[in-house]
Amino acid sequence: MTKQIADFKLVEKRDFGRSVLLRLRSEQALPDIAPGQFVQVRVDGSPSTYLRRPISIHDVDFQQNKITLLVQQVGEGTRHLAAANLGDLINMVFPLGNGFTLPEKGENVLLVGGGIGIAPLFYFAKVLNDKGIKPTLLLGGKTESDLLRLADYQQLGETFVTTEDGSIGEKGFVTMHSVWQKQSFDKIYVCGPKPMMKAVAKLAAEKGVWCEVSLENLMACGLGACLCCVEDTEEGNVCVCKEGPVFNTRRLKW
Amino acid sequence: MTIDLGRGLVLRNPVMTASGTFGYGEEYTDFVDLSQLGGIIVKGTTLNPREGNPYPRMAETPSGMLNCVGLQNKGVQYFIDTIYPRIKDFDTNVLLNLSGSTLEDYVKGAEMIDALDKIPAIELNVSCPNVKQGGMAFGVTCAGISQVVSEVRKIYHKHLMVKLSPNVTNIAEIALAAEAAGADSVSLINTLMGMAIDAERRKPKLSVVTGVGGISNATDAVEFMLAGASAIEIGTANFIDPAVSAKVAWGINEYCERHGFEKVTDLIGALEC
Ligand SMILES: Cc1cc2nc3c(=O)[nH]c(=O)nc-3n(C[C@H](O)[C@H](O)[C@H](O)COP(=O)(O)OP(=O)(O)OC[C@H]3O[C@@H](n4cnc5c(N)ncnc54)[C@H](O)[C@@H]3O)c2cc1C
Ligand SMILES: Cc1cc2nc3c(=O)[nH]c(=O)nc-3n(C[C@H](O)[C@H](O)[C@H](O)COP(=O)(O)O)c2cc1C
Ligand code: FES
Repeated sequence: MTKQIADFKLVEKRDFGRSVLLRLRSEQALPDIAPGQFVQVRVDGSPSTYLRRPISIHDVDFQQNKITLLVQQVGEGTRHLAAANLGDLINMVFPLGNGFTLPEKGENVLLVGGGIGIAPLFYFAKVLNDKGIKPTLLLGGKTESDLLRLADYQQLGETFVTTEDGSIGEKGFVTMHSVWQKQSFDKIYVCGPKPMMKAVAKLAAEKGVWCEVSLENLMACGLGACLCCVEDTEEGNVCVCKEGPVFNTRRLKW
Repeated sequence: MTIDLGRGLVLRNPVMTASGTFGYGEEYTDFVDLSQLGGIIVKGTTLNPREGNPYPRMAETPSGMLNCVGLQNKGVQYFIDTIYPRIKDFDTNVLLNLSGSTLEDYVKGAEMIDALDKIPAIELNVSCPNVKQGGMAFGVTCAGISQVVSEVRKIYHKHLMVKLSPNVTNIAEIALAAEAAGADSVSLINTLMGMAIDAERRKPKLSVVTGVGGISNATDAVEFMLAGASAIEIGTANFIDPAVSAKVAWGINEYCERHGFEKVTDLIGALEC
């Protein structure tokens, strides 16, 4: 997959409080992009942000050369991104990483997202729908407002929800949801905070189900050149930015 | 535009990419036509494989980053068997950055690399701790640097560049010791001011220097060259703009045209006071 560096123009912005949706349009045609891949965004105008920031590709519109990001503000870099104005140019290097392994038609697929980890699952679910696979989604947050674009996700497959405060869906963590008792899956894909991914990975292992997780290690180059982003695996330290961010949990020492 | 650094290392232009920041070059081919570069210095390699340090390995600063990758690599033999065949035909100079924790490691590693036709130079990283000397790096004393450079020189027949650690008080003496022991050139990190000067000839005592540290555009590179560097290395800036190396090469060219320098070598040490 050819990688590009390009300036994108911010053409749509939706504010979700702590998070923001940024729809960005390039002048150039987009290369192939696999679900689960990410971009490295240059953060301009933030004195303390030197490196690019890795952000998952939330949605793609190949007709209009648009990439959409869902960014949660956690520090200076993401705060600056979230403060961008319509018409601003945002420079991105993309598409990076491996992406999710596509399931076979006919398999029962569960996508589990926690917090901002739901971001890459949107494009993934869309691609699955295009392939005639209706995924089941299980999305978790602390509270109702964490479940961004819930109605849009619901369009892409049967969607279950948990919140820690019980404000919507079942109360508790995603691993506690009743869907686990009622349905079985052939493949489980997870993106979210590490403790949550570990918990789902454990549950999947207990059930003997194939499971992939998307890691969010700190990155510098994003290209597999610097070896700053490694995860300790059965084969030793491997680059999350190049060999990941998606890993089969069997490879990880979790 | 070519620059002859000596003993067969001839660069198409002064721009090289710094070890550990450009992988094996392959990671950047979507962004940079490698034939636009003077050379690429590939990842720090050691005789034996190393797992490196545990994650996390970096901290960001407002103007750069600190890293403690710990020389993760699969060793010289793996490089020769698996990586070299993939990169040997790149249309640029491919230099290998060699590290070691004992004298024997450096010598054995250099000997194996000497046999590779398409590697015209080694950049010797002498900043890593020497396990047999209480972990003190070879590069911090004149005796240490003389020893490692002269031993490697005996068996290595191509261009030997020695990369010196900036964390020493007497960088100029150490650089001169490296040269006296047989180094063809030195790469100096953030240390142009530390250059030794021959007062009689009003020239730098060191013959060939590659400047490294904080270079992110052509102006930075030209500054290093005006102050005496024959070539430069670009490191962390590759992370911010993966195409920066070729842009700097182009920018140096443009600078030369604009200022009437016929050859890029005329820039070297051309600082007017
Ligand atoms: C492959 C990948 C995909 C990602 N996708 C998204 C996405 O779609 N949307 C989104 O909002 N974020 C995503 N992230 C996380 C995002 O990159 C970080 O939140 C961002 O880099 C933080 O930058 P900052 O300058 O705002 O915060 P900083 O000032 O750098 O950090 C603020 C705080 O967050 C912590 N922190 C920052 N980055 C990480 C990390 N990677 N892991 C653990 N702790 C961290 C820091 O230690 C610090 O405490 C992704 C990360 C990766 C690696
Ligand atoms: C992630 C990273 C890994 C590095 N690995 C090596 C290495 O293996 N060997 C080496 O000699 N220098 C290594 N360096 C140092 C660079 O080659 C360079 O000397 C340094 O980054 C200064 O240049 P800069 O300011 O342009 O980044 C590394 C630097 C970084 C940021
Ligand atoms: S971030 Fe540089 S190798 Fe992954």
